[in-house]
Amino acid sequence: MAAEAHTAEITLRYFAWLREKTGRSEERIVLPRDIATVGDLLRWQNARGHPFDMAFAKPEAIRVALDHAHAKPGTSIANAREIAFFPPVTGG
Amino acid sequence: MTVRVGPDDFNVTAEMARLSAQDTGIGGVAIFVGKVRDHAGGETLECMTLEHYPGMTETELERIETEARQRFKLSASLIIHRVGTLKPGDNIVLVIACATHRQDAFAAAEFLMDYLKTRAPFWKKEVLSSGEARWVEAHDADEAAAAAWQAKSN
Repeated sequence: MAAEAHTAEITLRYFAWLREKTGRSEERIVLPRDIATVGDLLRWQNARGHPFDMAFAKPEAIRVALDHAHAKPGTSIANAREIAFFPPVTGG
Repeated sequence: MTVRVGPDDFNVTAEMARLSAQDTGIGGVAIFVGKVRDHAGGETLECMTLEHYPGMTETELERIETEARQRFKLSASLIIHRVGTLKPGDNIVLVIACATHRQDAFAAAEFLMDYLKTRAPFWKKEVLSSGEARWVEAHDADEAAAAAWQAKSN
């Protein structure tokens, strides 16, 4: 059954202004079964209602990491245990 | 290869001596220190807070160092990045690249910084003297500098 990939609870983490706008640094969640890619996930966040609609209003301004590795909108989220959302990095 | 992330300041001379002591084949050491400027966008900066993603930060910095060693003939390298609240004049980041010849040392230090600035999960929040606090936005020029290295490897 294709839907089985998303029966597990995973961790979502938020950094910088995404942490401030969502009002949390992390949450444990079981994602809906039809979310296959990073792009799907960003659209789902934007449709979750307040405060996520505000935080994810501009998905192109948000970067995503799957289990500590940078991912692109087309990347599959299958098997990811920890997914992080953050703005483009500004260290150095 | 060493990567260190934390609130503590670093001693450039001590770090360089420790890194290059083991290998007398080293002929050149390039050092870059990034510091907090006292101004931002024409306004006076009071302080800044550096946030990071523990776990991913160390992993990503190690990936960047590994890539540098594949591209350049490096004898040793070091990246130290501070987090927490810093004031103008404070050190933020230290990159040291040791090589037999200077070209590899210079190029590797620049490469390490260009990749760090676009890949390592750090975020700066500035507090201005007016009291306003704002997240620093990423610069297109940093992305272009990292992309230029990618073009060179193709």
